[in-house]
Amino acid sequence: MGEAVKATDNQLNTSAIREQFPVLEREVNGFPLAYFDNAATTQKPLSVINALTEYYSAYNANIHRGVHTLAEEATTAFEQTRAAVRRLVNAREAEEIIFTKGTSEGINLVAATYGKAFIGQGDEIIITGMEHHSNIVPWQMLAEEKGAVLKVIPINERGEISLDEFNSRLSGNTKMVAICLASNALGTVNPVKELITAAHDAGAVVLLDAAQALPHMEVDVQALDCDFLAASAHKMYGPTGVGILYGKRRLLEKMPPYQGGGEMIKEVTFARTTYNDIPFKFEAGTPNIADVIAFKPAIDFINTIGKENIARHEHALLQQATAGFQQIDSVQLVGTAKEKVSVLSFNITGMHPFDIGMMLDATGIAVRTGHHCTMPLMERFAIEGTVRASFAVYNTAEEVDRLIRSVERIAARVKK
Amino acid sequence: MSSIRQIQDEIISEFALLADDREATLFYLMELGDKMPPLAGEYKTEDNLIKGCQSKVWLHADYKEGKVFFAADSNTDITRGLISLLVRILSGQTPDAIIDADLDFIEKIGMGQIIGSQRSNGFASMIKQMKMYALGYKTKVAMK
Ligand SMILES: Cc1ncc(COP(=O)(O)O)c(C=O)c1O
Repeated sequence: MGEAVKATDNQLNTSAIREQFPVLEREVNGFPLAYFDNAATTQKPLSVINALTEYYSAYNANIHRGVHTLAEEATTAFEQTRAAVRRLVNAREAEEIIFTKGTSEGINLVAATYGKAFIGQGDEIIITGMEHHSNIVPWQMLAEEKGAVLKVIPINERGEISLDEFNSRLSGNTKMVAICLASNALGTVNPVKELITAAHDAGAVVLLDAAQALPHMEVDVQALDCDFLAASAHKMYGPTGVGILYGKRRLLEKMPPYQGGGEMIKEVTFARTTYNDIPFKFEAGTPNIADVIAFKPAIDFINTIGKENIARHEHALLQQATAGFQQIDSVQLVGTAKEKVSVLSFNITGMHPFDIGMMLDATGIAVRTGHHCTMPLMERFAIEGTVRASFAVYNTAEEVDRLIRSVERIAARVKK
Repeated sequence: MSSIRQIQDEIISEFALLADDREATLFYLMELGDKMPPLAGEYKTEDNLIKGCQSKVWLHADYKEGKVFFAADSNTDITRGLISLLVRILSGQTPDAIIDADLDFIEKIGMGQIIGSQRSNGFASMIKQMKMYALGYKTKVAMK
């Protein structure tokens, strides 16, 4: 990899990029695979796949407490990923990056530790109407346990929230604002900078669910001044089973630990345990070493192409698909916010999303159908679900064209 | 009334024409679903829902003059097409014929391939329920 995949005249060399993803050469039902389920999980480049093999073939060892060479090498590689994540989100220190299993675990961790210590009876937690179940249920569980109150910012027809709606729910009782930077079902990018400033003025902390944002846009935790941020490696060309949680040092230090076990302690006697420093305080047990190590080449992949180039390419695909769908009478777009990542949710009048998804699969087009783990959001739009196409850097205009034409064929059936 | 064997053979030859064109096969299934007589709203009850289907499937059965009559519906078009095949084959047959039916058309038209494992399980639940109805009517008659 290198210059070959970089932009020339603002155009990505998509074929050079695609060559790095072996699965994209596959055929499905006799057609070349057009993979548009990237918001669920992206495909992995060879560099990631090779890093896994290399780790297990050359230096598999448990990390952090070994003096032998393999342990040293594994520890170094593991911590290099942490350093790469720090740079990716521009955290002040690598110690502010905790490895988790994914976005869900990151949010659960904050609810179970920060929430346990600092949210109590009558305190308020604000979320939005477009959250993934991962950013609803942990707060509901906490609210139930503590007698806290969950407040929801409603969204408009386009799938946007307004600052006014947020401000009218914000008060001195608000302790936590948990909100997605980008919505997985609609693609909406939320105006988090303004929300964070307002939340801080009211004395609340802010957690950003960046699962759908980090793969697509620049995210700078210092510029945003968010207190926590959670994301998943597998949605950004990395392996499954790895997530990141960023937290400000000042908060992480005063939070109680999440789970007990090895790694997270400084000293254990039967009378008393003292906890390790951050980030290890929150990383009990042997972590997912191989996948954390293989996450680094995924970050390198993104950096080599550049977030700006990725965003520009994906945005062009989103616009092409949106414009194509707008020409089809029976297609309704769900989520038409001004600011969007490359997620396109839609329905066809009189057809169930399952059927549309199956029809698309028949010609090798992979999309997701259903409620996308956002059941309250589906209820808001009075729909059972949607078909969701989500674009990544390796998708092409030809693939999007196939999608539009297939949807045209399916929609034509309904008209009859 | 054609026999279960005859109707299955008809279906097998219809699908053979569509051979490897999966999109055309799905379109055809949906067309068959469109043609199936609708299930009266009063039968779309919680009790008539088949358990184990990903989509909603309602099945209603009637017994007249020694024969079992089925009517069914689904909230998704492809599934409605699938169940229309079962209704076409099994509705109007005797309880014994239904109980003994060897539905080999499923394998012969490559249904599992077309609909995937999750829908296949739902399809199996549907067949089981139809056979249960037949068995129920048979037992009732025997006890008279
Ligand atoms: C916005 C959002 N939040 C949270 C999650 C949960 O991520 P994970 O399943 O990797 O924990 C997802 C994944 O679909 C998501 O899209």
